[in-house]
Amino acid sequence: MKVNTMAEMLANGQTPEVLFWVGCAGSFDQRAQKITKAFATILNKVGVNYAILGKEEACTGDPARRAGNEFLFQMMAYQNIQILNGYGIKKIITTCPHCFNTFKNEYPELGGNYEVIHHTSFLQQLIDEGKIKLKEGGEFKGKKIVYHDSCYLGRSNNIYEAPRKVLEALDAELVEMKRCKSNGLCCGAGGAQMFKEDEPGNKRINTERTDEALETGATFIASACPFCNTMMTDGVKNREKENEVAVLDIAEMIAASME
Amino acid sequence: MPILQQILFVALFIVATWLFTKKAGEIKRNIFLGRPEDRSDNPSKRWKNVLLLALGQKKMFKNPLVAFLHLIIYGGFIIINIEVLELLLDGLLGTHRLFLPLLGNYYAFIINVFESLAVLVTLVCVVFLTRRNIIKLKRFANKDLEGWPKSDANYILITEIVLMSLFLLMNATDQAIQLKGSEHYKTTGSLFFSSFISPYFSNIPLSSLVVIERICWWLHIIGIFTFLNYLPYSKHLHIVLAFPNAYYSRLNAIGQMSNMPSVQNEVLYAMQPELAPTNANPPEKFGAKDVFDLSWKNLMDAYSCTECGRCTSACPANITGKLLSPRKIMMATRDRLEEVGMNINQNKAFVDDGKSLIQNYIGIEELRACTTCNACVEECPVSISPLDIIMELRRALIMEDSNAPQEWNSTFSNIENNFAPWKFAPDDRANWINEMPNN
Repeated sequence: MKVNTMAEMLANGQTPEVLFWVGCAGSFDQRAQKITKAFATILNKVGVNYAILGKEEACTGDPARRAGNEFLFQMMAYQNIQILNGYGIKKIITTCPHCFNTFKNEYPELGGNYEVIHHTSFLQQLIDEGKIKLKEGGEFKGKKIVYHDSCYLGRSNNIYEAPRKVLEALDAELVEMKRCKSNGLCCGAGGAQMFKEDEPGNKRINTERTDEALETGATFIASACPFCNTMMTDGVKNREKENEVAVLDIAEMIAASME
Repeated sequence: MPILQQILFVALFIVATWLFTKKAGEIKRNIFLGRPEDRSDNPSKRWKNVLLLALGQKKMFKNPLVAFLHLIIYGGFIIINIEVLELLLDGLLGTHRLFLPLLGNYYAFIINVFESLAVLVTLVCVVFLTRRNIIKLKRFANKDLEGWPKSDANYILITEIVLMSLFLLMNATDQAIQLKGSEHYKTTGSLFFSSFISPYFSNIPLSSLVVIERICWWLHIIGIFTFLNYLPYSKHLHIVLAFPNAYYSRLNAIGQMSNMPSVQNEVLYAMQPELAPTNANPPEKFGAKDVFDLSWKNLMDAYSCTECGRCTSACPANITGKLLSPRKIMMATRDRLEEVGMNINQNKAFVDDGKSLIQNYIGIEELRACTTCNACVEECPVSISPLDIIMELRRALIMEDSNAPQEWNSTFSNIENNFAPWKFAPDDRANWINEMPNN
């Protein structure tokens, strides 16, 4: 399956409809790469006219800004906006809620105005339009799935329903943790915590959240953020449940269930 | 004798109002020690927030039972103030139950509404005291509240019970006097709740009853004046500030961090020097080390906090035993601001005391524990953003003091040089393409 970059498309005189912003985790982290490949496979199968930036993509600056390094954030924002505006990008899809939030809420006042869609909303749209057809009796049919809300998708951007609607399309039994939607508990990765050790405490945040997910008795923990995915996967391993419970991104679940 | 009482009342009234106005002025001055920030846009949306969040207490209804109980105290408090208006006018004019002839038969009805509220408020205050002191709800037994804050909460609840009891006792003695007949004490009609108490006073001589009634009246009004002046020193100030705080709350998506145009321009001028004005001065300060560097809204947030701890109960860092407590961030900001205010009162202008909000009041370990998940912001019933303050302090730590954990320094250098938080070659960014199926 072919994945084009913006540069290649431009060279061929083509203009893609949307840019798939892969993000750093999706590009480099081995676990998150699987999510990227799953989502790209869906885009290819559906026939979406898209491209990626490839080597021209760079960190949005989210972790730097939230650690307190505004200079670095502004530098990254400047470079990214130059490239995005240079290609005349109008519409961006991303599999990372942190990139999503930065594009949607923080780049506009810096001169970067785009229509930004998180992949869960896009998947919901494709399912609603009948462009994604799911297998009868797929892998997840009748299975218990618990969805973990990403803070940057949920509380920050009020996207609670799209990921749940997509999961419902899998014909699975969707269960909720006590702390869900606007009361959802963070996985522990946000605010640049992903890149450093936890401060001293009596429990890791990802363990606290994973325990809550495991209590529901679900076989699958669905995530919509590569960082949440890592944190929950670590949590499940910590509790030695990796043979019984799988942590999957919603895109992976859909890719595995498509006809 | 009545004229003496009137003079005494007027004196009390003037002193209470003057003291309150003075302290309110100081609080206003303290709030505006903060950085200017324009929050005047979109008034219709802002008024909507006042209606929903402050008046309607929307966030409280996440827990409907507690919201209902709180609504009783709040409603009781506001409605009974109409009765306070009568007390004030009676005190000033030397009258007794001034509204009785004006309202006629409706008077008893209205006082009965107040009495019902007084009974309900008393009951709820007992429930709230029990939750705090006997059941010891986790967010109230938290170490944030050790010492004065814990007492403050109890004083408020006890004062409300005392005020409500005095009001009922006053009405009860009044009715006992009415039965014995006194020209000054006109017939009010039956007052439901206090009429249960008034029979206990039937054997007391009229002159003593009048003394008891007057004592209740005076204690009630003195209690109200005292409470008014206690407010500005207490967490109870939220009953006033919740309203402006809702009006001036952020309208943007809560995921949006405030921009720093000064840094934005610095970067722009570095990249495109031709755009730099000749007289461009580099920004003086980055982020906040002390209350002066926070915005006035951050400081109003601090005065609006009622220390309920919903933020801290929802904070992932706090839940897992880290030092960070969003409530403590707000309490520390108010404590420091009050200290700065006293410094100004004593010295006319602020004299450096060698202290700052960061380090002396809020530790680095606390700030480092935040995941920026916005749970605290989402929880707050009075539109406070502890996260805003945490982020401003973090900015100062990194940009003023270059104080970052080693791992973060590596992350920064990776982002800067490799365009990703990890040390991967930027050229490998799209290597995953080669692993796409059927490739």
